[in-house]
Amino acid sequence: MSPLASRHLLGLEGVAKEDITLILDTAESFREVLDRTIKKLPTLRGITVLNLFYEPSTRTRISFELAEKRLSADTVAFTPSTSSVKKGESLRDTVQNIEAMKIDMVVVRHSSSGVPYYLTQCMDANIINAGDGTHEHPTQGLLDMFTLRRKYGKLKGLRVVLVGDVKHSRVTRSNIWGLKTMGASVALCGPSTLIPYDAERFGCDLYTNIDEALEGADVVNIMRIQLERQQAGLFPSQREYTNLFGISRERLKRLNKNYTIMHPGPMNRGVEITSEVADSDKSVILDQVTNGQAVRMAVLYLLSGRKKEGEEGE
Amino acid sequence: MAGKKFDLIIKGARVIDPSLGFTSDAYVLIKDGVIAGVEKESAETARLVKSADKDQVIDARGKLVTPGLIDVHVHLREPGREDEETIESGCRAAAAGGFTSVCCMPNTAPRIDNQETVKFVQDRAKNADARVYVVGAITKNIDGKELSEIGDLVKMGAIAITDDGHYVQNPDIMRRALEYSKMFNIPVCQHAEDQYLAGGGVMNESFESTRLGLKGSPAVAEEIAVLRDIALCRITKARLHIQHVSTRRAVDAIRQAKKEGINVTTEACPHHFVLTDEEIGKEFNTNLKVNPPLRSRDDRDAVIEGLVDGTIDCIASDHAPHSEEEKDCEFDQAPSGMIGLETTLGLVKTYLIDKGYLDWADAIRKMTANPARIFGLSGGSLAKGMPADIAIIDPEKRWTVRADRFQSRSRNSPFVGWKLSGQVHMTILGGRVVFRQ
Repeated sequence: MSPLASRHLLGLEGVAKEDITLILDTAESFREVLDRTIKKLPTLRGITVLNLFYEPSTRTRISFELAEKRLSADTVAFTPSTSSVKKGESLRDTVQNIEAMKIDMVVVRHSSSGVPYYLTQCMDANIINAGDGTHEHPTQGLLDMFTLRRKYGKLKGLRVVLVGDVKHSRVTRSNIWGLKTMGASVALCGPSTLIPYDAERFGCDLYTNIDEALEGADVVNIMRIQLERQQAGLFPSQREYTNLFGISRERLKRLNKNYTIMHPGPMNRGVEITSEVADSDKSVILDQVTNGQAVRMAVLYLLSGRKKEGEEGE
Repeated sequence: MAGKKFDLIIKGARVIDPSLGFTSDAYVLIKDGVIAGVEKESAETARLVKSADKDQVIDARGKLVTPGLIDVHVHLREPGREDEETIESGCRAAAAGGFTSVCCMPNTAPRIDNQETVKFVQDRAKNADARVYVVGAITKNIDGKELSEIGDLVKMGAIAITDDGHYVQNPDIMRRALEYSKMFNIPVCQHAEDQYLAGGGVMNESFESTRLGLKGSPAVAEEIAVLRDIALCRITKARLHIQHVSTRRAVDAIRQAKKEGINVTTEACPHHFVLTDEEIGKEFNTNLKVNPPLRSRDDRDAVIEGLVDGTIDCIASDHAPHSEEEKDCEFDQAPSGMIGLETTLGLVKTYLIDKGYLDWADAIRKMTANPARIFGLSGGSLAKGMPADIAIIDPEKRWTVRADRFQSRSRNSPFVGWKLSGQVHMTILGGRVVFRQ
């Protein structure tokens, strides 16, 4: 088993198929652990992980924290009240001070795209991106793939539709890169104002008609629609959004029989998804959450102890 | 010429003076801070050299001698941000880049929207290593609402007006600025970027911004701004100068307007003919964050085409110093701008001349005669009686851009570490050597 190509996880763009497979395979064994009575392993004993969340997060933060604890890592959380560099200490100073306390790994969530990369330039710790701006959210992409692979046995050949505000969605980007690398086909669907510029170049099919997008698809992964996008003039009203793109039971008829409903959360029930769909037996939304822990355990495990080049040799 | 004593003789160089249509091996004679003559080699020049003191003769064999370069778009940051640049340090950077004249932008603190600040800059520039021409603000405090006292500014010596960094968004204000400026026969310089369309974008809107999840500012924000101002220029018959043009459509619009005879001129920056938005994703380098942003390959090619066919009159650096602390942060939080005075010539040589787009005379024209004509500056020419502002260039010298060599107080250049061809060998301002490599 060769190690991952990178000692950080900054995104899924450019991550090789072998590496994604390794993470998913490793996650399988951790997933088993989660079903045991005693869910703790000594794997990361002595490793200190910082959870640096500059943006509010419930699911991802708790998921990482639990993943770390189940691997016996020491964890600290830092949740600054502001992400603005104009107020207070700079990001570089913040993380360098924290690293001086001998931190081995950093899990970072930040509203600015590119911050995880920036941290690799500021410190020696392994950096795991827990969502940066509208750029990537690689562990979400991995857990989505993990969930699908468990259900279908493979990712190759699956047809996945990402619906909603794909423009501002980091989950979308990580899903696109990961799924395409693994041989799935990806379609994007949403109001034309929420499809990012020149998105054709992702190599995805683009739809603004939800019924056409769902025709013959296996998976619908529904992205959260945020009220602030309406205020920015990107769509006229929540009502119209729901009419045009909301995922309801009637719309699902066009999907393949063994279809799957996904949502990275938090959901706006009644807006982008009806409760009926969210709670149906085709929905894997809660499995995604459980699997997220296993995937994060795998990522933490595979990156831990990976030193900067020239410092290897442990 | 017999018996005449010269203060300085530059011998053996290839002299390029686009204002005179002159490219030839010649001697440049300087006396009392002005050009006393440009002479072909002869028995007379040999005699002059022989009779001169050794330290009065500059041996420039293998070099190019051009009028001192003029940069029409420079931020000197004084008053207000002397930690980033001062008039003195900015002029040293200019000299190191072969520039003997710079036009400084008014977005200082306080803004250059009043006589006192014009005077302050002029006083601070008195003993500097370059001539500083002040560009005043179009509107009070550059807030786009009321015209500055433009007459006052011009009276004090401002040579143009701009709200650089900010587009004059209100078309009526812009129309009045153009009309009003006609009384003083000065160009109105526009940072052409519709603020609503730009929408707070931090890089060019493209697949790159899509991929990186960074907010994009679309090329159409520039195109619309340029088209609007051309329309206003058409009805006012004023003089419009579009700053740092960066998109194909904007270049096309200016080309078309010129054909129509509208009095519009423009400039392009080295980063827009060298770099594209594809650089940003490599490492989110905040030194690549600039406004207007680095554009697509097609836009870059269009800027080059505009330089080649003469649509683009000037090459300007948009030298924009920023402190290391301010640039060392999240990409979307960083201020826009990069320094450029000390890399412009090398980039022009390496990316325009060596690639066969421009010859030396064309390139030098865009950095001397054209800016002097548009902005009404004394300089940009080696004609007899002109100030002895001269750049001596080592045309094939290969060098590496090094941050620790910058004369500027700031280091925010994406070109650090780049290998360039063509380097400033010496800069002379009013007959005084202000920079020597």
